Amino acid sequence: MTEKNVVTAIHDTLHERMAADERVVILGEDIATRGGVFRVTQGFLDEFGEERVIDTPIAEGMIVGVAVGMALHGLLPVAEIEFADFIHPAFDQMVSEVSRMRYRTNGDFGLPMVVRAPYGGGVHGALYHSQSIEAFYGHIPGLKVVVPSTPYDATGMLRAAIDDPDPVLFLEHKRTYRLIKGDVPDEPFVVPIGKADVKREGDDLSVISYGLMLHVCLEAASRLQDQEGVQAEVVDVRTINPLDTETILTSVRRTGKAMVVYEDNRTYGAGAEIAATIAEEAMFDLDGPIVRIGGPDVPAMGFATNLEHAFLPDADRIYTHMLELARF
Amino acid sequence: MPSEDGDVATRVTTAASHEALGLGEDDLLSIHRTMLTARLVDEASFRLNRQGKAPFVVPVSGHEGCQVGTAWALRRGQDIWVPYYRDVAVVLVAGMTPFEIFLGLFAKAEDPSSGGRQMPSHWGSRRLGIISHSSPIATQVPHAAGIAYAAKYRKEDAVVGCWFGEGATSEGAWHEGMNFAGIHKLPIVFICENNQYAISVAQAKQMAVENVADRGPAYGFPGVVVDGSDVIACYGAMRTAVDRARAGEGPTLIEAKTYRFFPHTSDDDDRSYRTREEVEAAKHRDPLHLFEHYLRKIGVLEKSAVDELAVEVKADVDKAVDQAWSAPDPEPSSLTRHVFSEGDEA
Repeated sequence: MTEKNVVTAIHDTLHERMAADERVVILGEDIATRGGVFRVTQGFLDEFGEERVIDTPIAEGMIVGVAVGMALHGLLPVAEIEFADFIHPAFDQMVSEVSRMRYRTNGDFGLPMVVRAPYGGGVHGALYHSQSIEAFYGHIPGLKVVVPSTPYDATGMLRAAIDDPDPVLFLEHKRTYRLIKGDVPDEPFVVPIGKADVKREGDDLSVISYGLMLHVCLEAASRLQDQEGVQAEVVDVRTINPLDTETILTSVRRTGKAMVVYEDNRTYGAGAEIAATIAEEAMFDLDGPIVRIGGPDVPAMGFATNLEHAFLPDADRIYTHMLELARF
Repeated sequence: MPSEDGDVATRVTTAASHEALGLGEDDLLSIHRTMLTARLVDEASFRLNRQGKAPFVVPVSGHEGCQVGTAWALRRGQDIWVPYYRDVAVVLVAGMTPFEIFLGLFAKAEDPSSGGRQMPSHWGSRRLGIISHSSPIATQVPHAAGIAYAAKYRKEDAVVGCWFGEGATSEGAWHEGMNFAGIHKLPIVFICENNQYAISVAQAKQMAVENVADRGPAYGFPGVVVDGSDVIACYGAMRTAVDRARAGEGPTLIEAKTYRFFPHTSDDDDRSYRTREEVEAAKHRDPLHLFEHYLRKIGVLEKSAVDELAVEVKADVDKAVDQAWSAPDPEPSSLTRHVFSEGDEA
């Protein structure tokens, strides 16, 4: 076991995979000489060389498109989008090419590739360094979208993503990078894509979340236990698509109460799909209304500290809603 | 030929004879047969469209010279073909058969490109090294650059050919792919089939320059203009570019000036944007007829042999149509397959 933070976990896992397999190459803006703006690939250029650690021009559509070509021709590219907010020029590649290659060729071609993107707020990133993008991409069949939120999950899921024969969008919440620490086994393990995880067990209500909000929910659940004796079960979605409905529904059916918490704008967010699934599949097991908490429907969070806080759901607010739902 | 310093687009002439390019009589006859096959596949496809059997046709007629000429310089089983939807003749050179093309036209289960999922002429075959493409324009250009990067990285002796129309050069993806290929001196040849219209939009409304090839030097590699109606000139330009790519000297942008004799697709009406006189005048430079004239002039093909060959190839094409028409349709239940790997792919 080694204690590490999320950014170190990703660094170490990428390093391990590059050392083990020459087919793994990485490309993106500032990843080579600079070692990545978040230092995820620090030292990689010296160790693996510029053929495998590629500083690209500022062209996100090209980064993804070139990775497609690499994946078509025997490599296992891991592309980095510097900030998820800048992935939008690559939307056409992601929707029209990456996610459809296998389908449109009736299984003849596959794309074993990973696109990593730091996302999310709470880092004074303002409108263009704070966005959540999972809902846009979770909507696309043929693309796997994962959001690991702990060093353990980041390690196991990055291994799974690089090993996967299909394209994976690997979202890393920037605020968790250095904030969240945890033990990671030194021996190899994989966390399968498509499996949610119960991060805290409880009988009174189910709280379903991911990303930074997962940790905020865990904090609120802990206080709720201490102060009110209410036991909230916290389910970490981990994979946005394909969604592990079984783990979510099993928890909700047992507790009879469901709350979904996400950072993205509330309307049409990933939490809307989760709430709809619960309503469809577990309505008669519910003892209260499904509670859905998301960011407000404004374009993005502001730079000012107060504006940022006003956007992000916090532990106090989630605590209040948890208690209200538990007592319903 | 590209200039020595590679910084200006230079017009390629037909001065190089086929012998100088290493093409023998058998090569010339094969090139001719492939061009003729493409033309007759087109004619059959439009006939089937009028009969209500083929809902959508993307014609090639007029482009056979630049397609066969450029594709001929790549090697099957080793090089990679990244075509766009008009490239019937490119995929014929790559090894796709008329039967397979008609399987796609009829959206049959065994259509090698997509099993009847994509519109016709959206080529792809892993076996043949033909890279699948979509309908959005120029998205394949960064793919081609990525493939070339991988080939270079793996130290393969492979060259990538990437085809597109002049309209594609307006897309950001085109610029981005060209730029990446230039930076890394990739083993790739970009071929612009400039037929002067992007559906209805004339070149003057697409770009302010006369030659797409002039943009090559902006990416650090040569641009070459070639007469797309002259199949041997196209082969010569491509031969030079492929040799350059294989030698590790980087990409070339070839612009073949060509013309499409039919509307953009079977759903287009080109009378709204070009005069009949213009189209008829362009047919005086029909690449197939020009090449047949050349073959007769050098004594490789008799006039009577051309007619006999047309009858023979048409019979082959018609047979392929019949075979493809009677092939099974995709099962409706297959709609949900291959979204993700099913674990049994080769």
